[in-house]
Amino acid sequence: MSTLAIDKAGPTRKTKYGSMSRDRTWALRWSYFFLILFAIFSLVPPIYMLITSLKSSAEISAATNPWWVYHPTLSNYVELLTSNQFLTFFRNSAFVSVFVVTITMLISVPAAFALSRMRFWGSATLATGVFLTYLIPDTLLFLPLFKMFAVFGDWTGIQLINRWYVLLLLYPTLTVPFATWIMIGYFASIPKELDEAAIIDGASWFQTLTRIFIPVAMPGIIAATIFAFTVSWAQFLYPLVFTTSTDQLVLPVGIITSLIKGDVFNWGQIMTGALLGAAPPLIIYAFLMDYYIAGLTAGATKG
Amino acid sequence: MADVAIQSNPVVGSGTRKRGGLQRALKRKSTAAFLMTLPLILLIAILVIYPAFYSLHLATLNKSMQRFIGFGNFEFLFKRETFWLVVKQSCIFAITAVVFKALIGFIVAHFVHNIPAKGQRKWRGMLLVPWVIPPAMSTLAWLWLFDPSYSAFNYTLSYFGIGPISWTGDAYWARFSVILVNIWFGAPFFMIMYLAALKSVPEQLYEAAAIDGANWWQRIWYVTLPMMRNIIAITTLFSLIVTFANFDIVRILTAGGPLDHTHIFATWAFRVGIEGGDIPLGASVSLFMFPILAVAAIFILRDINKRGNES
Repeated sequence: MSTLAIDKAGPTRKTKYGSMSRDRTWALRWSYFFLILFAIFSLVPPIYMLITSLKSSAEISAATNPWWVYHPTLSNYVELLTSNQFLTFFRNSAFVSVFVVTITMLISVPAAFALSRMRFWGSATLATGVFLTYLIPDTLLFLPLFKMFAVFGDWTGIQLINRWYVLLLLYPTLTVPFATWIMIGYFASIPKELDEAAIIDGASWFQTLTRIFIPVAMPGIIAATIFAFTVSWAQFLYPLVFTTSTDQLVLPVGIITSLIKGDVFNWGQIMTGALLGAAPPLIIYAFLMDYYIAGLTAGATKG
Repeated sequence: MADVAIQSNPVVGSGTRKRGGLQRALKRKSTAAFLMTLPLILLIAILVIYPAFYSLHLATLNKSMQRFIGFGNFEFLFKRETFWLVVKQSCIFAITAVVFKALIGFIVAHFVHNIPAKGQRKWRGMLLVPWVIPPAMSTLAWLWLFDPSYSAFNYTLSYFGIGPISWTGDAYWARFSVILVNIWFGAPFFMIMYLAALKSVPEQLYEAAAIDGANWWQRIWYVTLPMMRNIIAITTLFSLIVTFANFDIVRILTAGGPLDHTHIFATWAFRVGIEGGDIPLGASVSLFMFPILAVAAIFILRDINKRGNES
């Protein structure tokens, strides 16, 4: 009797399962369909950069199918990579980014350590202040900063405007607050027992930081480093305002001001330059995607 | 050997020294903490707080920056039609772009969440590419896609019989293009945020909702959205600030044109302040970004404090 009852219940159950899994497969198919659509939307500009960069000027102006390369050539790459001007932009960008990353980490890691572990007068306010600073955009500050540096140059005779190293002062205002903020989050997640044990063993605060916190919070440090690098590599407004001579320009501004001459757009070279300029962040992203995403989400989810 | 002897000494006779040592350590602690944060404090004070107030001062000067004219710059701005155009366009730009970024981010996050976990990494990786490319570089690609005579979009559209669209030449299309590029650039950020939030919603809630007979819409409305409320709010506010202050995309794509019809606060401040050489007027323009910033910041802070109290 009991087996019969189960048999009766069986079929109805089965059909229900069947319809549910059919729903699932359809949901899955729709998901893939829309994901492909969105992936195309996301990837069209970079792919189009690549397509155009492989074309010669003649092929571009012949207005053949823009989505296809009929006579692929690397001449754009060769031309750019052998041009001193472009290499100067690249070198300036690399210098600025590496220095800014170093400065950022040297400032933000000790500060985050102090703010998350050594409670002192005003530390909570300062932590909030750091976050607020992060919200102040560069577009609000570039004019007063420009005037400030001009006045500073008049007073001291140290000319900072139109020198690439002025960016080493400016970029940290964008990178340090965020790096400090996510490092506070990472440090706060380290169990208190760990540093108490270190202090009991006679470690100084500095040793606690270098021997315990930095190794344990390494993922956070990598995420903050990637963030600082990406921001300083991509920054456009400050170099546009503060540097004008071609030997002082960084990559984004250099490509736009030197490859666009009046109304003449050499699109093959512009796209090649843009692609080469986008390459370092893309390569870092390809290899360290998880750190990149951790840093991205840490800003809003931790705190 | 001598080293060992010296080291063991304090341990033996630590009974009396401990208090003094502790006090000294405390004193050292606050000094050390202050020294560790000093570079940060200096950086923020000199290069963020001071310029912020300095721009308030600048906004009250005349063009040559020698005479105090009070609210003269603002009075001048309020009388200019271009200014009101810029205000309108900034609001349209920021609100439309953020709404669509949030919507697309939400939808795409759901699709990524839907597919088997094995493939998610790959899709997530592809969909985040727009956020990784420096916006100045990717906007160049868009500029080329929108090119008046060689536009690849127009080439494709011509197959469907849709006439050549003047993407950056016509005022309305130019606004559309600028917003589209901003959505393209910013939507992946929302997608990643929402995906992280979706993953943190406990599966049991959906099971319970399914048992109660909730359809997919009810599941989103009564389970997903309430659980993600915090992340949605903070991401939206944050993006509102960034979008409102956007510079790169508009500057490269249209440079404010045609006839100032795509200028937003940042690009117009640059045009007036740097290209026009009127730094005080430019500073006054950029100050109009401040109210929206302050409001968003207050909401974000309240949210952070609330979460701090919960935990």
